[in-house]
Amino acid sequence: MKKYQCMTLIAAGLSLAISSASALEGDAQAGKEATVMCVACHQGDGGGMNIPKGESWPALSGLDADYMYKQLQDIKSGARESVTMQAFVSTLTDKQMRDVSVYYSQLPAVAGKGGEDVTEEELAHGEKLAMQGDWDRYIVPCKSCHGPNNQGAGQHFPGIAGQHAGYISDQLHAWKKGKRHNDPQHLMLAIAERLDDNDIRAVSAWLSRQPAQ
Amino acid sequence: MRNRTFLFAQAIAGAVALSASAVQADIQYPVNNPQPKEGQYVHVPPTMEDLEKTEFHPELKRVIRRGYDLFMNTQQLRGKNVFNSMNCSSCHMGEGRLPFAGPVWPAAVILPNYRPKNDHVNNLEERIAGCFSYSMNGQPPEYGSDDMIALAAYHQWLAKGVPIYSSGKNMYGRGYPKLAEPEQKMDYQRGKKVYEENCMICHSSDGSGLVQNGKEVFPAVWGDRSYNWGAGITRHFTLSSFVKHNMPLGQPNTLTDQQAWDVAYYINSHERPQEPRYTGNVKETREKYLDSFHVHTNYGLKVEGRLLGDHKNTGEKDFLKPDVLRPRTYTAD
Repeated sequence: MKKYQCMTLIAAGLSLAISSASALEGDAQAGKEATVMCVACHQGDGGGMNIPKGESWPALSGLDADYMYKQLQDIKSGARESVTMQAFVSTLTDKQMRDVSVYYSQLPAVAGKGGEDVTEEELAHGEKLAMQGDWDRYIVPCKSCHGPNNQGAGQHFPGIAGQHAGYISDQLHAWKKGKRHNDPQHLMLAIAERLDDNDIRAVSAWLSRQPAQ
Repeated sequence: MRNRTFLFAQAIAGAVALSASAVQADIQYPVNNPQPKEGQYVHVPPTMEDLEKTEFHPELKRVIRRGYDLFMNTQQLRGKNVFNSMNCSSCHMGEGRLPFAGPVWPAAVILPNYRPKNDHVNNLEERIAGCFSYSMNGQPPEYGSDDMIALAAYHQWLAKGVPIYSSGKNMYGRGYPKLAEPEQKMDYQRGKKVYEENCMICHSSDGSGLVQNGKEVFPAVWGDRSYNWGAGITRHFTLSSFVKHNMPLGQPNTLTDQQAWDVAYYINSHERPQEPRYTGNVKETREKYLDSFHVHTNYGLKVEGRLLGDHKNTGEKDFLKPDVLRPRTYTAD
């Protein structure tokens, strides 16, 4: 009986995942096979790694498949600059990019890192930016686009809760410096350029400590 | 306070770059709201952090916090008072504090006052009931109920320090200030293009917005889950100003006035729940409220071959008009 319930739960969980997942078609099994070159950085569980003072490797597990597929396309075309990723992505076919995106989207999320070394005050500030924003500086709350609990909304607004603080921080700084500009309509750029270093540190740390799913 | 007022003024003037740091000279998306004009009354509403610092009775603080919570997450009243995808904060951006985004503090100091829409004197609770009835296609919380008092208390908190019965005509950023008349007549097809290029990514090609994990993320701008035909924002001048000064989110004042008028016309040329004051005949209803309201909407007009509002669809609710929408005479019985 217990086993049966467990199976039902898993089935329910799967159907939920499918219903909320994007429409991207891909073969998760083939995707898994294509990840042999991804796992060195993104790890076997897709959890990536937070690297203090280095380039952090984002967690991919549980991210929206369409979103990941678009990032891969953009890196391949050069619309999104990533020296590290460029070499790997250039070897992937379009089908492989779809497959790995679907594969990673179906993995259970892994807890984010990099938010350990912050003060209570910084965490409170980060929470405020993520959940209420700071409208006096026209910083809209992260959740207004990134969805309930910042766990993602549709295919354009990825989950950022539970992502590594180092990666979130790197990306926000990249937008600020004009190094990343593949966000649709520059919706993220407009907000990122209003954030200062303290904001970025605080919001990245707070988000990394939140559940991704 | 002075420092925050200064920052706020900077933000509303779109000079965020200057206040942030000298390094960032090349801000790509300045806020660019109009500057206060000479002699305009500028009020910087207090924040919820400010509330905590007051010496208000703890119970009053709790009620204002409750009002804030209802204002920001009005969806908690879905199916009871709210019958669409909206929150108060969907239209009254920035916690109801932001200029050019329908800041709500003016209502707390201008009312009670005469209101053309219903042709009698309204107080703050009745004004809020109007939002629930039209913009939220709903059933207002009862006058004097806990939720209504809490919402009113939040409005009044935001108006702290503003003299009662100040002139509403001279307030900086009040409502959604009307844009200059469009150079070209508003156009459905041009509006469609603006919508597809700027709005669709969030509000969807069919206007239904986005629901994620059962929660409303981006509100529906037409259809059953949107505001009804009696909502103020069905007026082209209201929606165009809202769009111009607030959309796309985080990028206010990036569309041209013409684009804002066109996209407003496009959005408000789609079906939505019936006008609560519907008489049973859309043409008749349009005529009845023409001068005070529908002269500015497409309700009861034929657009792209469709007569708009010619239906009995009330959206998610199973009634047409909340009972609280009634005339008042203020005379002895």
